[in-house]
Amino acid sequence: MNDIIGAGPRRVDGRLKVTGHAQYTADHGLKRMAYAYGVYSTIASGRVTRIDVDEAQRMPGVLGIYHHGHFTELYRPPKMKLNPDKIDRLVKVDESRLPFEDDRVYYAGQFVAMVVADSFEQARAAAYKVKVEYKEEPALATLAQAKRVQSPKTAGSDYSRGDPQAGFDKAAHRIDVTYTTPVETHNPMEMHATTAYWEGDRLFVYESTQSVIVHRNTLARIFGLSPDKVELQSPFIGSGFGSKLWAWPHSPATCAVARLVGRPVQFVVPRPQMFTTTGHRPATEQRLRLATDDQGKLLSVRHESVNSTSFTDQNTESCGSVTKSLYSCPNLAVTHATLQVNHGTPTSMRAPGAAPGLFALESAMDEMAEAIGMDPLAFRKLNASTRDESKDMPWSSNHLQEAFDKAAAKFGWDKRTPEPGSMRDGHEIIGYGLAACNWDAMRCACEARVSLRADGTAYVTCGAQDIGTGTYTIVAQAVSKITGLPLEKITVQLGDSSFPPGPVSGGSWATASVLPAVAEATRDAIEQLKSFAIEDGPFKGADPKALEFTNGRLVKGNDALGFGHLLTTRRLSSAEGEARTQTADKSDVSIRSFGAHFVEVRWDPGISRLRVSRVVSAIDVGQVINAKAAANQVEGAIVMAIGMAMFEATHYDERNAMPTNNDYAEYVVPVHADQPPELDVILLDYPDYALNEFGARGIGEIGITGLAAAIANAVYHATGKRIRDLPITLDKLMDEVPQTV
Amino acid sequence: MRSFQFDRAASTEQALKAGQSNQAMYLAGGTTLLDLVKLDVMQPERLVDINRVGLNRLERQDDGSVRIGALVTNTTLAQDNYIVQAYPVLSQALLAGATTQLRNKATTAGNVMQRVRCHYFRDNVSPCNKRKPGSGCSAIEGDHRSVHAVLGTSQHCIAMHPSDMCVAMAAIGATVHVQGPKGERTIDFLDFHLRPGDTPEREHALAPGELITYITLAPPLANSLSGYLKLRDRASYQFALASSAIIVQLQGDRITDARIALGGVGTKPWRAHEAEQSLRGQPANDETFRRAAQLALQGATPYRHNAYKIPLAQQAIVRNLQTLTGGVA
Repeated sequence: MNDIIGAGPRRVDGRLKVTGHAQYTADHGLKRMAYAYGVYSTIASGRVTRIDVDEAQRMPGVLGIYHHGHFTELYRPPKMKLNPDKIDRLVKVDESRLPFEDDRVYYAGQFVAMVVADSFEQARAAAYKVKVEYKEEPALATLAQAKRVQSPKTAGSDYSRGDPQAGFDKAAHRIDVTYTTPVETHNPMEMHATTAYWEGDRLFVYESTQSVIVHRNTLARIFGLSPDKVELQSPFIGSGFGSKLWAWPHSPATCAVARLVGRPVQFVVPRPQMFTTTGHRPATEQRLRLATDDQGKLLSVRHESVNSTSFTDQNTESCGSVTKSLYSCPNLAVTHATLQVNHGTPTSMRAPGAAPGLFALESAMDEMAEAIGMDPLAFRKLNASTRDESKDMPWSSNHLQEAFDKAAAKFGWDKRTPEPGSMRDGHEIIGYGLAACNWDAMRCACEARVSLRADGTAYVTCGAQDIGTGTYTIVAQAVSKITGLPLEKITVQLGDSSFPPGPVSGGSWATASVLPAVAEATRDAIEQLKSFAIEDGPFKGADPKALEFTNGRLVKGNDALGFGHLLTTRRLSSAEGEARTQTADKSDVSIRSFGAHFVEVRWDPGISRLRVSRVVSAIDVGQVINAKAAANQVEGAIVMAIGMAMFEATHYDERNAMPTNNDYAEYVVPVHADQPPELDVILLDYPDYALNEFGARGIGEIGITGLAAAIANAVYHATGKRIRDLPITLDKLMDEVPQTV
Repeated sequence: MRSFQFDRAASTEQALKAGQSNQAMYLAGGTTLLDLVKLDVMQPERLVDINRVGLNRLERQDDGSVRIGALVTNTTLAQDNYIVQAYPVLSQALLAGATTQLRNKATTAGNVMQRVRCHYFRDNVSPCNKRKPGSGCSAIEGDHRSVHAVLGTSQHCIAMHPSDMCVAMAAIGATVHVQGPKGERTIDFLDFHLRPGDTPEREHALAPGELITYITLAPPLANSLSGYLKLRDRASYQFALASSAIIVQLQGDRITDARIALGGVGTKPWRAHEAEQSLRGQPANDETFRRAAQLALQGATPYRHNAYKIPLAQQAIVRNLQTLTGGVA
């Protein structure tokens, strides 16, 4: 045993990344590789009536141009329920329509054709010369437009308890407010990419994906192959934020054209199409009705959410999922519905449901506190739930009250004067705001293989992947904890579908799922080692249970034997361990992560400038595995949430649903200069053994939840303006904007 | 791929000769041109690389003015000691623009020649009078919150000029030196960029084949203070929603002379002469500043999503003046 769990070792793959040796999907240059470039619809609704490829076809280097009239037959992946115990068998896409299925156009930036050529430049130039004619039909660009012509369609995940209407009617204080959030786009730094080639009926793919296993399974179904005919690798990923959870049309399209041209083909989704064909967080409209008694206890909570979805698929943004259990309330209802718009299909984006949902709920909690005349922190502390009332179960581990207290103390919440606009510093008005954050804790099935090798090292394989969060490093830490080996003697290999199947890297599931399997496989390898040891030598005939394994050595009494030495003397290459671990038994406790954000904003009304100057967050995610990587996840999520709160919105032209800011210049995300000068993350670090032996719950999402509300609440405190429509841009805070012509 | 002819000129003469052919374009830093070529929005048949023709010197003249070679990079210009000391507004404007990497590539003449950021211009699909004269302007009734103007617009185009550097130069006063088939000539900086009017495809006063060789700044205004204030959504790396370049000359607490130019709000780098005039001889106080700000935006046309730019630009003027004149309340 050592104290490697909870320490902050540097990333084991850090050197590869900073030296450029880490090979991402588009870094793989294969022999005879050709390049694909897309032709994308320039209307958002209608049909393709004609595709003229004559000029493009004749251009130098062009190998083939594919579209709905000239393509190969593919199979649709079936719709399957996500079973965490069988995650390795999951097949899933969010956009069920396959590329080039027919002549229909459902959104702007949809694949209409794909050009393959000897070089990237040739493919792009030819793609520009493909002439497409359309029959354009009216398009719905926004949730508001869809609302005028459609009825919301029920989307599942509804829940209620008690009698919310009666509770509301008899309450002393009530609010009824509606919040809206726009389409947001993931924008991972690394664009989606596929590099694919065929050997006979075997398909080999490099793909930037958050699940090599699910992606492999999905491609196998689409091409009608057994999964063992498809091998998919994704050793390094430049993040995904949810957009790389499931396969998008470019991936099967690239694999298909690679077979058609008989060469390896590489395709990279251009940045503008990262906004159209690879998912997004849908727009939401959320009505919150809250009511309390005269002491401020919640009597009724209703959270009704409607989100945009595509015309091809219904995707629910489950905004009310958190509302069910975060606060104690006898009468509560959450509902979800969708409206169809001419966008690509939405998907999960970092903290799906919870990020927009908590913007609404935690803004409403502030509005409710104000209606009662209570301090917003005191109001939350009074109402925080002591058990999961939605499941009628105790919490496995809930330290929200401590998170509130610790963060409040560090932040200096007691210095807040409640009157809006009452705290000033020179030109600037200071606003303090807070919000709770919350996220589900999940664990799914995972397998791993661990070799203890004759050279004294350990070698670990797992078909999980590291999307940039530090999975390589924490896996090595787990093996180090059990074997006592230093990290440099542990090699971790991830991101390959031929490895023992691992989980999706999403939903903050990976850490909680992967580490138990790796630990179990390590112990299994040690057992095999012991079986070798008792055959001969100092431990001959010993009871394996009497052998201890510490610091890389088998020990019994005064005898000790390093495993490398043992294996070498027996002329054995390795001791092998394998394991499959399942989900946690959650039948008697409810497992979630909790936390609190405290935010200081500065509003300079003389130049209409809003900046986040301070964030203090206390986060309760169970045992922290790597202190550096964990803090980094929360800090990154906070910065991303600043974007959500203040900058991010994908715009569509209301006349034709064409995206109008689908590039990095006009889709505004935070830059380094937008990071708060003070960003303080407190990790409470209470192990939660209900989920796994490490007590870790995962940390990718929780930091982004609640923060937009904390900013909105701080903005209200600074300006007296309650902004219920994200993002909180400066024009929404300005006085006296003139009438337009 | 779409082929084009590429010439690397070793001298201005060579560049000019190559630049005479139809559809030829000069390539300097390439931060606009190469982007737009990749997007297929610009389709030059011939690119004349002028990076090796010299024209990369920054020369101080006897009268205190500066002659800036066309190829002096934004980084070099922003960091030059004399510019920092004599033209703080220019150094600040440059550093407020783009990123370090872009400023390292971007040149002085290239900055002057940069194209608009209007999405409908760049998408290569939507009607756009600048890209396809007579096809219509998609922005006026479409999305125009961030990179569209309220000053100098026409019913044919409302795209704003995105440069920060040019706003400072418009305030300072400058002369653009060009060489062309008909020899050398100079163009007043304020006449260089054109309002869209009914010919939005014409963005500047250069004739075909003409090449910018130098820009000469007017001598610094004696005993003046100057500064650039840029307002935007995020803290860095975004085009101005509104900005002001201001040079002010004080005697005691009275303004004796001033120059004001605006960015983010004009279809060209926008000099506000009337506002300047209103400052002369006036006490440096908020009332004076606000009157100037009102005058500067007097003729502005607010559109559906960008009306906020009018008060925002006024704020950019008032705060800049307050700061320069010592925060007079």
